[in-house]
Amino acid sequence: MIRRIFITAVLLAIVAAVAAWFLSAPTTLSQTAFADLPDADLARGEEMFWAGGCNSCHAAPGAKGDEKLVMAGGLALKSDFGDFYAPNISPDKDAGLGNWSFSDFANSMKMGVGRDGEHLYPAFPYTSYTRMDMQDLNDLWAYMKTLPASSNVAPAHELGFPFNIRRAVGLWKRLYLKSGSVVRFASSDEAIQRGQYLVEGPGHCGECHTPRSLIGGLKLDVWLSGAKNPDGEGVIPNITPGGGLKSWSAGDIAYYLESGFTPDFDSVGGSMVSVQANMAKLPAADREAIAAYLKAIPAHGNGY
Amino acid sequence: MKYTVALTLAAALVASPVLAAGTPQEERQLTMKSVGQAMGTLAKTAKGEINYDAAAVAKAFQTMNDATKNFVEKFPEGTETGHDTEASPKIWSDRTGFESAVDKFGNDTSNAVAAAPQDLDAFKVQFGKVAKNCSTCHEAYRVKKN
Repeated sequence: MIRRIFITAVLLAIVAAVAAWFLSAPTTLSQTAFADLPDADLARGEEMFWAGGCNSCHAAPGAKGDEKLVMAGGLALKSDFGDFYAPNISPDKDAGLGNWSFSDFANSMKMGVGRDGEHLYPAFPYTSYTRMDMQDLNDLWAYMKTLPASSNVAPAHELGFPFNIRRAVGLWKRLYLKSGSVVRFASSDEAIQRGQYLVEGPGHCGECHTPRSLIGGLKLDVWLSGAKNPDGEGVIPNITPGGGLKSWSAGDIAYYLESGFTPDFDSVGGSMVSVQANMAKLPAADREAIAAYLKAIPAHGNGY
Repeated sequence: MKYTVALTLAAALVASPVLAAGTPQEERQLTMKSVGQAMGTLAKTAKGEINYDAAAVAKAFQTMNDATKNFVEKFPEGTETGHDTEASPKIWSDRTGFESAVDKFGNDTSNAVAAAPQDLDAFKVQFGKVAKNCSTCHEAYRVKKN
Protein backbone atom coordinates (compact mmCIF):
# COMPACT_ATOMS: atom_id res chain seq x y z
CA MET A 1 0.00 0.00 0.00
CA ILE A 2 2.71 2.46 1.07
CA ARG A 3 4.68 1.34 -1.93
CA ARG A 4 1.76 2.13 -4.21
CA ILE A 5 1.32 5.62 -2.71
CA PHE A 6 5.00 6.27 -3.13
CA ILE A 7 5.00 5.21 -6.76
CA THR A 8 1.93 7.38 -7.45
CA ALA A 9 3.58 10.37 -5.81
CA VAL A 10 6.74 9.93 -7.86
CA LEU A 11 4.72 9.58 -11.06
CA LEU A 12 2.72 12.71 -10.25
CA ALA A 13 5.91 14.63 -9.55
CA ILE A 14 7.33 13.54 -12.88
CA VAL A 15 4.15 14.55 -14.70
CA ALA A 16 4.21 17.95 -12.94
CA ALA A 17 7.87 18.48 -13.79
CA VAL A 18 7.31 17.57 -17.45
CA ALA A 19 4.27 19.88 -17.60
CA ALA A 20 6.21 22.74 -15.98
CA TRP A 21 9.04 22.18 -18.45
CA PHE A 22 6.72 22.45 -21.43
CA LEU A 23 4.69 25.33 -19.99
CA SER A 24 7.84 27.31 -19.25
CA ALA A 25 9.36 26.93 -22.73
CA PRO A 26 10.40 30.20 -24.40
CA THR A 27 8.29 31.07 -27.43
CA THR A 28 9.32 33.37 -30.26
CA LEU A 29 7.54 35.40 -32.93
CA SER A 30 6.35 33.63 -36.06
CA GLN A 31 7.85 34.56 -39.40
CA THR A 32 4.59 36.22 -40.48
CA ALA A 33 5.20 38.95 -37.88
CA PHE A 34 8.11 40.11 -40.02
CA ALA A 35 6.24 40.16 -43.33
CA ASP A 36 5.61 43.40 -45.26
CA LEU A 37 7.64 45.71 -43.04
CA PRO A 38 8.44 49.01 -44.75
CA ASP A 39 12.04 50.26 -44.86
CA ALA A 40 13.24 51.54 -41.50
CA ASP A 41 12.88 55.27 -40.85
CA LEU A 42 15.65 56.64 -38.62
CA ALA A 43 13.76 59.77 -37.55
CA ARG A 44 10.79 57.69 -36.39
CA GLY A 45 13.23 55.30 -34.73
CA GLU A 46 14.77 58.15 -32.77
CA GLU A 47 11.30 59.19 -31.56
CA MET A 48 10.71 55.64 -30.34
CA PHE A 49 14.08 55.80 -28.56
CA TRP A 50 12.94 58.85 -26.58
CA ALA A 51 9.46 57.42 -26.01
CA GLY A 52 10.96 54.16 -24.77
CA GLY A 53 13.57 55.86 -22.63
CA CYS A 54 16.16 53.14 -23.31
CA ASN A 55 18.91 55.40 -21.95
CA SER A 56 17.27 55.79 -18.54
CA CYS A 57 18.49 52.28 -17.70
CA HIS A 58 21.01 51.38 -20.40
CA ALA A 59 23.28 54.47 -20.40
CA ALA A 60 26.19 54.23 -17.98
CA PRO A 61 25.18 55.26 -14.43
CA GLY A 62 25.59 59.03 -14.09
CA ALA A 63 25.91 59.59 -17.86
CA LYS A 64 25.43 63.22 -18.93
CA GLY A 65 24.78 64.91 -22.29
CA ASP A 66 25.93 62.85 -25.27
CA GLU A 67 26.96 59.98 -22.98
CA LYS A 68 23.23 59.36 -22.72
CA LEU A 69 23.42 58.00 -26.28
CA VAL A 70 25.96 55.32 -25.36
CA MET A 71 24.02 52.24 -24.25
CA ALA A 72 26.94 50.86 -22.23
CA GLY A 73 24.82 49.27 -19.50
CA GLY A 74 25.86 48.64 -15.91
CA LEU A 75 23.11 50.41 -13.98
CA ALA A 76 22.00 48.37 -10.95
CA LEU A 77 18.30 47.91 -10.22
CA LYS A 78 18.13 46.71 -6.65
CA SER A 79 14.76 44.97 -6.38
CA ASP A 80 13.06 42.66 -3.90
CA PHE A 81 14.07 39.76 -6.12
CA GLY A 82 17.77 40.58 -6.28
CA ASP A 83 20.07 42.94 -8.14
CA PHE A 84 19.53 43.31 -11.86
CA TYR A 85 22.17 44.98 -14.02
CA ALA A 86 21.14 46.70 -17.24
CA PRO A 87 23.09 45.05 -20.07
CA ASN A 88 25.14 46.76 -22.74
CA ILE A 89 22.76 47.21 -25.72
CA SER A 90 25.13 49.34 -27.81
CA PRO A 91 26.13 48.04 -31.27
CA ASP A 92 29.41 46.60 -29.95
CA LYS A 93 29.92 43.11 -31.44
CA ASP A 94 31.36 41.55 -28.28
CA ALA A 95 29.85 43.45 -25.34
CA GLY A 96 26.61 44.67 -26.95
CA LEU A 97 24.04 43.74 -29.58
CA GLY A 98 26.38 44.05 -32.59
CA ASN A 99 25.67 40.49 -33.71
CA TRP A 100 21.92 40.61 -33.20
CA SER A 101 19.45 40.54 -36.08
CA PHE A 102 16.20 42.49 -36.12
CA SER A 103 14.45 39.21 -35.40
CA ASP A 104 16.54 38.76 -32.23
CA PHE A 105 15.72 42.31 -31.16
CA ALA A 106 11.99 41.97 -31.85
CA ASN A 107 11.87 38.70 -29.88
CA SER A 108 13.51 40.36 -26.90
CA MET A 109 11.12 43.33 -26.99
CA LYS A 110 7.86 41.49 -27.68
CA MET A 111 8.46 38.03 -26.25
CA GLY A 112 11.13 38.61 -23.58
CA VAL A 113 13.42 36.06 -25.21
CA GLY A 114 17.15 36.62 -25.66
CA ARG A 115 19.33 35.78 -28.64
CA ASP A 116 20.17 32.31 -27.30
CA GLY A 117 16.49 31.51 -26.87
CA GLU A 118 16.60 32.13 -23.11
CA HIS A 119 13.96 33.96 -21.08
CA LEU A 120 14.85 37.52 -20.16
CA TYR A 121 13.95 38.80 -16.73
CA PRO A 122 11.05 41.28 -16.68
CA ALA A 123 13.23 43.97 -15.08
CA PHE A 124 13.54 44.61 -18.81
CA PRO A 125 9.98 45.86 -19.38
CA TYR A 126 8.96 43.67 -22.31
CA THR A 127 5.56 43.31 -20.63
CA SER A 128 4.98 46.84 -22.01
CA TYR A 129 7.15 46.71 -25.14
CA THR A 130 5.15 43.68 -26.27
CA ARG A 131 2.41 46.17 -27.25
CA MET A 132 4.71 47.98 -29.72
CA ASP A 133 4.11 47.90 -33.47
CA MET A 134 6.61 45.89 -35.50
CA GLN A 135 7.24 48.91 -37.70
CA ASP A 136 8.15 51.04 -34.69
CA LEU A 137 10.48 48.30 -33.47
CA ASN A 138 12.09 48.09 -36.90
CA ASP A 139 12.65 51.87 -36.92
CA LEU A 140 13.99 51.82 -33.36
CA TRP A 141 16.36 48.98 -34.15
CA ALA A 142 17.72 50.86 -37.16
CA TYR A 143 18.27 53.95 -35.00
CA MET A 144 19.95 52.02 -32.20
CA LYS A 145 22.47 50.63 -34.70
CA THR A 146 23.58 54.20 -35.43
CA LEU A 147 24.50 54.88 -31.78
CA PRO A 148 28.11 54.65 -30.54
CA ALA A 149 29.46 51.21 -29.57
CA SER A 150 30.77 50.62 -26.07
CA SER A 151 32.99 47.72 -25.02
CA ASN A 152 31.80 47.93 -21.40
CA VAL A 153 30.90 44.52 -20.00
CA ALA A 154 27.93 44.92 -17.65
CA PRO A 155 27.85 42.71 -14.52
CA ALA A 156 25.63 39.61 -14.45
CA HIS A 157 22.40 39.73 -12.42
CA GLU A 158 22.72 38.69 -8.78
CA LEU A 159 19.54 36.86 -7.87
CA GLY A 160 18.79 34.51 -5.00
CA PHE A 161 16.84 31.25 -5.16
CA PRO A 162 14.25 30.74 -6.63
CA PHE A 163 14.52 33.83 -8.84
CA ASN A 164 17.78 32.62 -10.33
CA ILE A 165 15.89 29.82 -12.12
CA ARG A 166 15.57 31.50 -15.50
CA ARG A 167 13.31 28.83 -16.93
CA ALA A 168 10.67 29.72 -14.31
CA VAL A 169 10.23 33.12 -16.00
CA GLY A 170 8.30 31.13 -18.65
CA LEU A 171 5.60 30.33 -16.10
CA TRP A 172 5.57 33.95 -14.94
CA LYS A 173 5.07 35.09 -18.52
CA ARG A 174 1.99 32.87 -18.83
CA LEU A 175 0.45 34.96 -16.05
CA TYR A 176 1.75 38.41 -16.89
CA LEU A 177 2.91 38.78 -20.50
CA LYS A 178 -0.20 40.14 -22.22
CA SER A 179 -0.14 41.99 -25.50
CA GLY A 180 -3.67 43.48 -25.42
CA SER A 181 -4.55 47.03 -24.32
CA VAL A 182 -4.87 47.59 -20.59
CA VAL A 183 -7.67 50.18 -20.67
CA ARG A 184 -10.76 49.85 -22.86
CA PHE A 185 -12.26 53.12 -24.05
CA ALA A 186 -15.78 53.61 -25.34
CA SER A 187 -14.72 56.45 -27.66
CA SER A 188 -12.04 56.32 -30.31
CA ASP A 189 -10.50 59.75 -29.77
CA GLU A 190 -7.27 59.85 -31.77
CA ALA A 191 -5.20 61.65 -29.15
CA ILE A 192 -6.29 59.23 -26.44
CA GLN A 193 -5.44 56.29 -28.66
CA ARG A 194 -1.99 57.68 -29.42
CA GLY A 195 -1.50 58.37 -25.71
CA GLN A 196 -2.60 54.84 -24.88
CA TYR A 197 -0.04 53.41 -27.26
CA LEU A 198 2.75 55.58 -25.88
CA VAL A 199 1.91 54.97 -22.20
CA GLU A 200 1.02 51.27 -22.34
CA GLY A 201 3.64 50.38 -24.95
CA PRO A 202 6.99 52.09 -25.50
CA GLY A 203 6.69 54.55 -22.59
CA HIS A 204 6.24 51.60 -20.19
CA CYS A 205 4.85 54.02 -17.56
CA GLY A 206 2.94 51.20 -15.86
CA GLU A 207 6.13 49.36 -14.95
CA CYS A 208 6.82 51.80 -12.11
CA HIS A 209 3.43 53.51 -11.64
CA THR A 210 1.40 50.30 -11.19
CA PRO A 211 1.58 48.13 -8.05
CA ARG A 212 2.87 44.58 -8.39
CA SER A 213 1.86 41.21 -7.00
CA LEU A 214 4.12 39.23 -4.64
CA ILE A 215 5.83 37.61 -7.61
CA GLY A 216 6.28 40.90 -9.42
CA GLY A 217 3.40 40.91 -11.90
CA LEU A 218 1.62 44.18 -12.63
CA LYS A 219 -1.86 44.47 -11.10
CA LEU A 220 -3.59 45.70 -14.23
CA ASP A 221 -6.92 46.22 -12.43
CA VAL A 222 -5.36 49.13 -10.52
CA TRP A 223 -3.39 50.40 -13.50
CA LEU A 224 -1.17 53.47 -12.88
CA SER A 225 -2.45 53.89 -9.32
CA GLY A 226 1.05 54.33 -7.93
CA ALA A 227 3.37 51.85 -6.27
CA LYS A 228 6.21 51.35 -3.86
CA ASN A 229 9.45 52.36 -5.57
CA PRO A 230 10.63 49.07 -7.12
CA ASP A 231 14.24 50.20 -6.83
CA GLY A 232 14.71 51.90 -3.47
CA GLU A 233 13.01 54.20 -1.02
CA GLY A 234 9.75 56.06 -1.36
CA VAL A 235 6.82 55.74 -3.71
CA ILE A 236 6.01 56.25 -7.38
CA PRO A 237 2.92 58.47 -7.62
CA ASN A 238 -0.63 57.57 -8.55
CA ILE A 239 -1.11 59.13 -12.00
CA THR A 240 -4.78 58.22 -12.45
CA PRO A 241 -7.43 60.95 -12.05
CA GLY A 242 -7.93 59.54 -8.52
CA GLY A 243 -4.47 60.61 -7.37
CA GLY A 244 -2.41 63.77 -7.21
CA LEU A 245 -3.10 64.54 -10.87
CA LYS A 246 -6.80 65.08 -10.13
CA SER A 247 -6.35 68.85 -10.05
CA TRP A 248 -4.01 68.96 -13.06
CA SER A 249 -5.35 69.93 -16.47
CA ALA A 250 -4.21 68.06 -19.57
CA GLY A 251 -2.13 71.16 -20.33
CA ASP A 252 -0.45 70.89 -16.91
CA ILE A 253 0.51 67.28 -17.58
CA ALA A 254 1.91 68.10 -21.03
CA TYR A 255 3.85 71.05 -19.58
CA TYR A 256 5.28 68.85 -16.83
CA LEU A 257 6.50 66.33 -19.40
CA GLU A 258 8.02 69.15 -21.44
CA SER A 259 9.60 71.25 -18.67
CA GLY A 260 9.74 69.09 -15.55
CA PHE A 261 7.63 71.57 -13.57
CA THR A 262 4.38 70.82 -11.74
CA PRO A 263 1.54 73.37 -11.68
CA ASP A 264 2.99 74.58 -8.33
CA PHE A 265 6.43 74.91 -9.94
CA ASP A 266 7.81 72.10 -7.89
CA SER A 267 10.17 70.06 -10.06
CA VAL A 268 10.45 66.52 -11.29
CA GLY A 269 12.63 64.30 -9.10
CA GLY A 270 14.05 60.81 -8.68
CA SER A 271 14.00 58.37 -11.58
CA MET A 272 11.37 60.52 -13.35
CA VAL A 273 14.07 63.13 -14.11
CA SER A 274 15.56 60.98 -16.84
CA VAL A 275 12.12 59.97 -18.12
CA GLN A 276 11.01 63.59 -18.36
CA ALA A 277 14.21 64.61 -20.16
CA ASN A 278 13.38 61.98 -22.80
CA MET A 279 9.71 62.98 -22.99
CA ALA A 280 10.81 66.57 -23.60
CA LYS A 281 12.35 65.36 -26.89
CA LEU A 282 9.06 64.00 -28.24
CA PRO A 283 6.83 66.06 -30.55
CA ALA A 284 4.46 68.26 -28.51
CA ALA A 285 1.47 66.32 -29.93
CA ASP A 286 2.76 63.14 -28.28
CA ARG A 287 3.00 64.79 -24.85
CA GLU A 288 -0.52 66.15 -25.34
CA ALA A 289 -1.70 62.65 -26.31
CA ILE A 290 -0.20 61.18 -23.12
CA ALA A 291 -1.96 63.90 -21.13
CA ALA A 292 -5.29 63.18 -22.85
CA TYR A 293 -4.93 59.48 -22.07
CA LEU A 294 -4.06 60.09 -18.40
CA LYS A 295 -7.12 62.31 -18.00
CA ALA A 296 -9.34 59.62 -19.58
CA ILE A 297 -8.29 56.47 -17.67
CA PRO A 298 -10.25 55.07 -14.69
CA ALA A 299 -9.53 56.74 -11.35
CA HIS A 300 -8.05 54.62 -8.55
CA GLY A 301 -7.01 55.33 -4.98
CA ASN A 302 -3.30 55.14 -4.22
CA GLY A 303 -1.92 51.71 -5.00
CA TYR A 304 0.84 51.86 -2.37
CA MET B 1 -8.20 98.17 20.92
CA LYS B 2 -9.90 94.80 20.67
CA TYR B 3 -9.56 94.96 16.90
CA THR B 4 -5.91 95.83 17.11
CA VAL B 5 -5.24 92.84 19.32
CA ALA B 6 -7.26 90.58 17.08
CA LEU B 7 -5.55 91.88 13.97
CA THR B 8 -2.12 91.55 15.52
CA LEU B 9 -2.95 88.00 16.57
CA ALA B 10 -4.28 87.17 13.14
CA ALA B 11 -1.22 88.64 11.50
CA ALA B 12 1.02 86.71 13.85
CA LEU B 13 -0.84 83.50 13.05
CA VAL B 14 -0.56 84.05 9.32
CA ALA B 15 3.09 85.00 9.56
CA SER B 16 3.98 82.41 12.16
CA PRO B 17 5.27 79.73 9.79
CA VAL B 18 7.85 82.20 8.55
CA LEU B 19 8.71 83.74 11.89
CA ALA B 20 8.77 80.54 13.88
CA ALA B 21 9.51 77.83 11.38
CA GLY B 22 10.67 75.59 14.18
CA THR B 23 12.20 72.34 13.12
CA PRO B 24 14.86 72.13 10.41
CA GLN B 25 12.49 69.95 8.36
CA GLU B 26 9.87 72.71 8.35
CA GLU B 27 12.44 75.42 7.73
CA ARG B 28 13.85 73.77 4.67
CA GLN B 29 10.34 73.06 3.37
CA LEU B 30 9.53 76.77 3.67
CA THR B 31 12.76 77.65 1.91
CA MET B 32 11.90 75.32 -0.95
CA LYS B 33 8.38 76.82 -1.10
CA SER B 34 9.96 80.25 -1.62
CA VAL B 35 12.05 78.80 -4.44
CA GLY B 36 8.93 77.27 -5.99
CA GLN B 37 7.16 80.61 -5.87
CA ALA B 38 10.09 82.38 -7.49
CA MET B 39 10.17 79.63 -10.11
CA GLY B 40 6.51 80.36 -10.81
CA THR B 41 7.38 83.93 -11.77
CA LEU B 42 10.31 82.82 -13.91
CA ALA B 43 8.56 79.92 -15.66
CA LYS B 44 5.48 81.99 -16.46
CA THR B 45 7.79 84.66 -17.87
CA ALA B 46 9.59 82.06 -19.99
CA LYS B 47 6.25 80.69 -21.25
CA GLY B 48 5.11 84.21 -22.14
CA GLU B 49 2.16 84.00 -19.74
CA ILE B 50 3.23 87.22 -18.06
CA ASN B 51 4.89 90.24 -19.61
CA TYR B 52 8.62 90.59 -19.24
CA ASP B 53 9.44 92.49 -16.04
CA ALA B 54 13.18 92.83 -15.42
CA ALA B 55 12.68 93.83 -11.78
CA ALA B 56 10.40 90.88 -10.99
CA VAL B 57 12.83 88.53 -12.69
CA ALA B 58 15.78 89.93 -10.72
CA LYS B 59 13.83 89.58 -7.50
CA ALA B 60 12.96 85.96 -8.25
CA PHE B 61 16.58 85.05 -9.02
CA GLN B 62 17.59 86.81 -5.79
CA THR B 63 14.99 84.85 -3.78
CA MET B 64 16.48 81.64 -5.11
CA ASN B 65 19.98 82.78 -4.31
CA ASP B 66 18.95 83.70 -0.78
CA ALA B 67 17.47 80.24 -0.38
CA THR B 68 20.87 78.65 -0.94
CA LYS B 69 22.43 80.57 1.94
CA ASN B 70 22.79 78.35 5.02
CA PHE B 71 20.59 75.84 3.20
CA VAL B 72 22.79 72.82 3.89
CA GLU B 73 22.72 73.67 7.60
CA LYS B 74 19.00 72.95 7.56
CA PHE B 75 19.85 69.27 7.13
CA PRO B 76 21.55 68.41 10.44
CA GLU B 77 22.01 64.82 11.61
CA GLY B 78 18.81 63.57 13.23
CA THR B 79 16.45 65.26 10.76
CA GLU B 80 16.48 62.43 8.25
CA THR B 81 12.83 61.68 8.98
CA GLY B 82 9.75 63.39 10.41
CA HIS B 83 7.51 66.29 9.40
CA ASP B 84 6.78 64.66 6.02
CA THR B 85 10.34 65.27 4.92
CA GLU B 86 11.14 64.17 1.40
CA ALA B 87 14.86 64.48 1.97
CA SER B 88 16.72 61.50 0.53
CA PRO B 89 19.08 59.57 2.86
CA LYS B 90 21.71 60.43 0.24
CA ILE B 91 21.88 63.96 1.67
CA TRP B 92 23.62 62.44 4.66
CA SER B 93 25.45 59.57 2.96
CA ASP B 94 26.76 61.78 0.12
CA ARG B 95 27.14 65.10 1.90
CA THR B 96 29.83 66.40 -0.46
CA GLY B 97 27.68 65.75 -3.51
CA PHE B 98 24.71 67.42 -1.88
CA GLU B 99 26.70 70.47 -0.82
CA SER B 100 28.23 70.90 -4.25
CA ALA B 101 24.76 70.69 -5.84
CA VAL B 102 23.57 73.49 -3.54
CA ASP B 103 26.73 75.49 -4.31
CA LYS B 104 26.08 75.13 -8.01
CA PHE B 105 22.54 76.44 -7.57
CA GLY B 106 23.99 79.34 -5.55
CA ASN B 107 26.48 80.15 -8.31
CA ASP B 108 23.99 79.87 -11.16
CA THR B 109 21.44 82.10 -9.42
CA SER B 110 24.12 84.60 -8.40
CA ASN B 111 25.28 84.76 -12.04
CA ALA B 112 21.68 85.30 -13.14
CA VAL B 113 21.28 88.17 -10.69
CA ALA B 114 24.54 89.71 -11.92
CA ALA B 115 23.56 89.27 -15.58
CA ALA B 116 20.38 91.29 -14.86
CA PRO B 117 18.70 90.26 -18.13
CA GLN B 118 16.70 93.09 -19.68
CA ASP B 119 14.78 91.17 -22.32
CA LEU B 120 13.20 87.77 -22.82
CA ASP B 121 16.00 86.28 -24.94
CA ALA B 122 18.72 87.26 -22.49
CA PHE B 123 16.52 85.98 -19.68
CA LYS B 124 15.99 82.57 -21.26
CA VAL B 125 19.73 81.93 -21.27
CA GLN B 126 19.93 82.48 -17.51
CA PHE B 127 16.62 80.74 -16.85
CA GLY B 128 17.76 77.60 -18.66
CA LYS B 129 20.91 77.34 -16.54
CA VAL B 130 19.07 78.00 -13.28
CA ALA B 131 16.10 75.71 -13.96
CA LYS B 132 18.30 72.69 -14.66
CA ASN B 133 19.39 72.74 -11.02
CA CYS B 134 15.90 71.78 -9.82
CA SER B 135 15.74 68.40 -11.47
CA THR B 136 19.45 67.61 -11.11
CA CYS B 137 19.30 68.04 -7.36
CA HIS B 138 15.88 66.39 -6.95
CA GLU B 139 16.98 63.42 -9.03
CA ALA B 140 19.51 62.44 -6.41
CA TYR B 141 18.46 64.06 -3.15
CA ARG B 142 14.69 63.96 -2.91
CA VAL B 143 12.43 60.96 -2.39
CA LYS B 144 8.67 61.15 -2.82
CA LYS B 145 7.04 59.46 0.16
CA ASN B 146 3.36 59.88 -0.56
